[in-house]
Order: sequence, then structure tokens, then C-alpha cells
Amino acid sequence: MALLQVKDILLHFRGVTALFDVSFEVQKGAIHAIIGPNGAGKTSMLNCISGVYRPQRGSIVLEGRDITRLRPDARTGLGIARTFQNIALFKGMTVLDNLLIGRHVHQKSGVLGGGVFWGFGQKEEIAHREMVEDIVDFLEIQHIRKKVVGTLAYGLQKRVELARALALEPRLLLLDEPMAGMNAEEKEDMARFILETNEDRGTTLVMIEHDMGVVMDVSHRVTVLNFGEKIADGLPEEVRRSREVQDAYLGEQHELVEG
Amino acid sequence: MRTKIVSILDRLHGDDTFPKLLVRNAHTFADRTALREKEFGIWQSITWREYHDRVRDFSLGLVALGMQRGDKVAIIGDNRPEWVCSEIAAQAAGGASVGLYQDSNLNEVAYVIDHCDATFVVAEDQEQVDKILDMMETLPKVRHVVYTDPRGLRSYKHPALLSFEQVEEKGRELARERPDLWMENVRRGAADDVAIVCYTSGTTGFPKGAMLSFRNLLAMALSLHEVDPKRPGDEFVSFLPLAWIGEQMMSLSTALAVGFTVNFPEEPETVMENIREIGPHVMFAPPRIWENLTSTVQVRIMDTSPFKRLMYNLCLPIGQKVADLQFAKKAVPARLRILYRLAYWGLFRALKDRLGFTYLRSGSTGGAALGPDVFRFFHAMGVPLKQIYGQTEISGISCIHREEDIQFHTVGKPIPGTEVRISERGEILSRSAAVFLGYYKNEKATQETMEEGWLHSGDAGYLTEDGHLVVIDRIKDVMQLADGTKFSPQFIENRLKFSPYVKEAVVVGHDRPYLTAMLCIDMGIVGKWAERRRISYTTYTDLSAKAEVYDLLQAEVDQVNETLPAAARIRKFVLLYKELDADDEELTRTRKVRRAFVEDRYQEVIAALYGDRGEVAIDTTIKFQDGKTTRIHTTLLVRELALGKAA
Repeated sequence: MALLQVKDILLHFRGVTALFDVSFEVQKGAIHAIIGPNGAGKTSMLNCISGVYRPQRGSIVLEGRDITRLRPDARTGLGIARTFQNIALFKGMTVLDNLLIGRHVHQKSGVLGGGVFWGFGQKEEIAHREMVEDIVDFLEIQHIRKKVVGTLAYGLQKRVELARALALEPRLLLLDEPMAGMNAEEKEDMARFILETNEDRGTTLVMIEHDMGVVMDVSHRVTVLNFGEKIADGLPEEVRRSREVQDAYLGEQHELVEG
Repeated sequence: MRTKIVSILDRLHGDDTFPKLLVRNAHTFADRTALREKEFGIWQSITWREYHDRVRDFSLGLVALGMQRGDKVAIIGDNRPEWVCSEIAAQAAGGASVGLYQDSNLNEVAYVIDHCDATFVVAEDQEQVDKILDMMETLPKVRHVVYTDPRGLRSYKHPALLSFEQVEEKGRELARERPDLWMENVRRGAADDVAIVCYTSGTTGFPKGAMLSFRNLLAMALSLHEVDPKRPGDEFVSFLPLAWIGEQMMSLSTALAVGFTVNFPEEPETVMENIREIGPHVMFAPPRIWENLTSTVQVRIMDTSPFKRLMYNLCLPIGQKVADLQFAKKAVPARLRILYRLAYWGLFRALKDRLGFTYLRSGSTGGAALGPDVFRFFHAMGVPLKQIYGQTEISGISCIHREEDIQFHTVGKPIPGTEVRISERGEILSRSAAVFLGYYKNEKATQETMEEGWLHSGDAGYLTEDGHLVVIDRIKDVMQLADGTKFSPQFIENRLKFSPYVKEAVVVGHDRPYLTAMLCIDMGIVGKWAERRRISYTTYTDLSAKAEVYDLLQAEVDQVNETLPAAARIRKFVLLYKELDADDEELTRTRKVRRAFVEDRYQEVIAALYGDRGEVAIDTTIKFQDGKTTRIHTTLLVRELALGKAA
């Protein structure tokens, strides 16, 4: 069953067409990769799903509900979380505080209830902290939980960003280049976390990634964009063999040999 | 001799095995905390009763899965409650436990598991389980692999694999059928049963498995306890590998006999933070840890506010002066005592708190020599650091400094019930109830090590007039230059390593005209030093090739040279392009240099040290723990010392 249906999306900025009639479906429980050369419209696509951009035409349906016109925060409430290509964390705050902010959407007590230390507010705070600690354990960031985010290494910040997205307990998690700028070891860790998020937590993931090795290893399904158009969609194996994809990536005539 | 042995174990009133002691403690201490583990950011306590119940369930689970008396259970993983539970459970079922270092590679793991005939393997997590399953074809004797952390293992379908909880559940089932079996099993254990097989990471050849009985382990723990007492309710943080005898002696033998609380850190990365949270009363660590703590403080002081730096520079000398007087066993004058009180409130109290040593009553270091400066540093702030000495084969330790009687160059006096003498060859021999039963399946090695009850340490040493033992080096490592001058490379290496800038040192010179050294810089401290001088660098290799760094290290070598006899001074040295690493088999898992291997591996470098050229081109590959390799291409400079030339 499809968790997310993207239908005939058309997005243009003045004269530039970013996405042209793109359609695809993301199955529930899948890791779905979106790949394509620079400027293919991958991040634009992610922005349409998370609500940053409004497409001029087409529809985005999450579990039967049309969310095309919903505001980003409303989509978050429906269980869509994302990470950004350039890390977007509160750099002056600790890792824990960043994660607790991720829980905001699940916070039930209001200003008054939360302002008073005892009673419901306290109970709720404890429950959220437990949830956050679970994620801290899951992503193995115990040693930095009280560190200020701005002081951390890049690879760790990326991990914290994933942690914050997970704190939302999303049904659909959008990852924009989760491994950009990482070394081999960090990439391996991140790939493991992505797989475990999918397997252990049952989260559906849509991921933009450039590292072909990772994409082929990790994802269940791949959609390929080129100049705003979908040129292929299928299992990683099929996509890898697709003539059009090879042309788009390597120019014509090359064989894609990399595994 | 025998009467003495019996008398010390008598204090346990018949509870002379780990499982029996656990049962005793579950009765007497009941709901007091036995173990603590930090999980989800909170210290979770396990009472003695819960500890006992977990061990009982797991032990009966092993029996239900077909474990026989005399079987071995191999355990690999970080320090966690499940580790110690598995060990005592195996012993209660009549078997012995075999600890494996968690960072061992596939071949090391497979060798030990196969050699010790383990039928069960308890592996912590996916990483360790992968190692075992990868080698399963070469491990025909292993019947079950038990994991404690299920993360990432959900999709594994190997028939031998099952979880810690599953084993406990089988144990509970068996307990319902045969409620008396647990206590029957515990009672069948005897003091002279093999409790653990402890594989020593020999600096040469394959590791050897030392068989230690409960009598060995407990006799050692109780004798040490006499001169370095612990109390029930003391806190101890267990962060060194449990496969190592030193950690066994604290977290199991002593903890069970005395009844103190063992705390397990959240992750290896959080150890120092966790020590601070716990504030241990007892701490045992190799020199590396104490040195790291000292250098961390020094680095932080460089970065702190001018006021704090002033306080540090003002107060530390006062503490050091007091410490020096105490070392010399002289009285501290009243004026100095008052100054010390001020310094204590101005600096040491806060410093101890930062390090988590506020309550530390007994700190010890062993395994290698520790620099006098580090000793003075800790004694200055009022942390009583003691040197200890021992081997795996004597269940841990045989000598320790007594309070009020600390001498840097010695390892202290023998603990009660231990005799130490020096053989004609100058080798240190010892005899006590703690001396092991022999090497597992290696009669030849046992005979070489044991002679008429005396354990041959392989260490050269001597006894001072006041009965302190001084360790010089491994006997086989005492070397001579081509002209016959004797020298101990390890002795010189240790002096070199006392410098905060030197992480590892290898001294070469056997059958050669003069001495040379290969040094590995300490990236953290030299890096910091370079930053302050605005020297830019990229990698370890780059930093260690800088002329300024060479100058810095040359000054350090010069200083050491001044303390050495003229004939045995270092004439040339190089800074290696990488740190020596256990994964490259250059160090043992306990971080001792494997000399022969290193000399073979760096023969080009050594050739350059004894040649005329001032540099050597390096083109090599290094191997990471996960099997990946990377290539290094660089030029090493050889630095010649003016002082050496004159000698």
C-alpha cells in the first residue's frame, strides 16, 4: 500500500521549471531514494512534500489525504519529518534541548500547564525525556548529549539532526543528503542507522543521496530525476541498468560498472 | 605454607567460590546495590538479590541448553552487567569463563575460542556476533552464541543464535521443574575448580590460557584487601577490559568477597564523565589513564581563564612540595601545612571534583612504569596513587606500595602470603596461594614457567634494602650494544614516554654500534602545542614531519639522555608517521610494544637510523580493524643528536 502518492507535480519559479509532471509512489515501510544529477529537482521535490514549496499543479496524498495545500507545520502534525542538506539545528543549544524541541509537536500541556513544574507538565516532561533518551541510545550519541551542538564535528551534527527528526516519531521521514561530506566510517554508521530506523521503527524513508554505493545497498526503490523530469523509477537493479540513467549520469556511451 | 593459604580463605566461612559468595551476598546485602549501569541517561541499579537471580536464571538456562560441568563459556563485549552475570553463571554450572578482548580481530577471537574448547559464546552486540558467525566454520565446538543487545540482529536467522533473555527464560523453566538444581549446582563447586581461563596477550607468539582457580583469585583478593582495604558500599567504576586479570580482580574477586558496588559506564566514550558522576572510592588503571588525566588537566589549564591559570600555577607547587616531603618521609612544617590548606580550598578540591576523585581512597597503577611527575601530580592534590606489580599467572598482583611508603622507582612490597625472591639470573620469582594451576593445554609452557612452586615472571629486577621490589625489564629484553654495553630498552622507552609529547617509543640497539629511537608523538598534545605556535598541519603524518616538532622532541630526548650513562645514550631518532596500533599487531591488546614485530616492520626506518642518509622514503599500507586498508606515502627525517655524537 502506498503511504505517499505524488501525482503530476508541476513546479516553476517564474520562467524556470523545477519539476515537470513528476509522479511516483512511496510504499509503506520502504526506503525510497530520489537520485539525479545536480539541479535535477530532487530537493525541490522534497520541499514540495514537506510543504516548503507549493506546486502550481498536481497533488500530494498522504494515506488517502490530500496534503498539497497544507502548511508545513500541519504536515509535521500528520507525521512528516525531515532533515536538511545544510544542517538546520539550534547551534547554541545542547543536543538534548534540540531533541526535546523535536518533541514539541507531541506536547499537550499549554503555556500554563507547562509553566507550573508539578502535575501534568512534569509527567509529560518525563515522558518526553524518556522518548528522547531512547533515541540517544538508538543513535549512539550518549557521549554528546549535553554538548552544545555548534561545538560538534560535522558528522555528529548530521546524526543529531537525524535524531531530532526521529524525536517527532514520524511516519514519513525525508532525508536530504544524509551522508554529504562524511568520511567512509561516518557513512557506514549513517547507513546502519538508516536501515535500523526503517527495520526497528518501521519508519518509511524518502532519501536524496549522491553516493551510489549507499543508494544501491540501502534503498528498496529508486526514482531518478533529470532536469525536473522523472526518467526512471524502479528497483535499484533495474535503475542501474537503465540506459537513460546511465546517459544522464555519465554522459552517453559509458557503462555503469560501479557496484 | 599450606596453613597460611587455608587461613586466608577461611575468612569466607566456606563460601569459597564466586557463585557461593554471590548467594551469600544476596542474603546479607539483599537490597543493597551490587551493580549499576548507566542507561538512557540514568544510573540503573541492580541489587545483590537481582544480581543473584539473573545469574541463577542464566546459569540454569545454560544447563538447559546442554552445558556440562567443565565446559567453557567465552565472553566478548564491553563491560556490562551481563558480562559478569555470564561469568558467574558459567562457573555455577560447573564450567569456567574465558574473557575475550572486545577489540580483538576475527583471527584472535577464533584462535582463543577454539583453543579453549568453548561450547558457548556470549557476545554483546551485532559487532561481536558478526565476528563469531563469520568464523563459525572454523569453530566446530561452539554450539550456541548468545547475544545481549538485540539491535540490528532482528533479521539474523543463524540456528546457533539466541538472546540473553531467551536463555534466562529457559533457566526459569528448568527452575520450575527442578527447584533445587540451582543450589545443588552452587554447592558442587569447590575452591580448586578452574574459575577462569585468562588468555595473556603475549608479546610473542600465540596467547596462552592461564587457568586460575577460585582459591587463586580469592586468595589474591583477600591478601590485597589486607593492605589496601575496601569497604562494603565503596564505589568502583569498571571500565577496563573484563578479559584482563586486573579488572577480574576488582570487578569480580574483590567485589564479591568484600561486597562493594561495581559501576558500568554508559559507553566507552563516556568513561571519564561517568567516573565523575560516580565519584569512586577505589580505582585501578594502567599508567596510560593516569597520564591522560594529567595531560588533559594541563591542556585545559592552557585554555582556561588567566585567573584560573594563576591559581593553578600558584597552588600546584605547594602541593608538590608537600608530596615530596611525604615521599621522603619527612615532617611537613606548620607554615607549609597552612599553605596547603589554602591551596586545597583554592585548587585541589575543585580539581579533584572535576576529575571525580573527591572520595578516592585508593588509586593504583600497574602494568608499566608511571612517571614521577604524574605521581607527584596526583599526590599533590591528595589522591593516594600507588604502584602495583603482578602477572596474570599470580591472579593479578603480588606487590603494592603501602601508604606512607611510596617510592617512584619501586613497585612496593609483596602482599601478605606472597614470597618474592630474585633468582641467580636476576629474574623475579614469586610464590603464593594465588599462583595459577597451569596453562590450558600447554604443559610445556607450564613447566617452563613453574619451578618447585615458584612462578617465573620473566622480569629482571632486584629487591632494595627496605624490601621494595624494583622491576627493570623483561629478561629477554635486556640487550647489549655491539661493544657489550648492557641496556634495557624498556627502561629508556619509559623515560621517553614520561614526556607528555611522546605517546610510544621503541628503542633499538641490540648488537649495533649505538642506540636509536623511533617515537610516536601524542597527537592531542603536540597538536595543541602546534596550534599555540600557529604551526598549521593536516594529519598525524604531516604533524610528525614538521621541523618544529622535531626540535621539540629533540629537547625531550636530550633531557632523557642526560640521565643515561654516556655509552647508552640515544644518538638518532625518527618520528613515526603513524601511531603504533594493536590492530597492526604492533602492540599487544594491553598496549605493550611487540618489539620483534615492530623491528621487522620498520626495518627500512631502522636501516636509515644506522645509515648515513638523513631521510627515508616510506610507502606502506595500514590496515583498519574492519579490514580496510589505506596507503601512506611520505618521507621520514632522521634527526641526529649532537650530544650522542660526543659520547
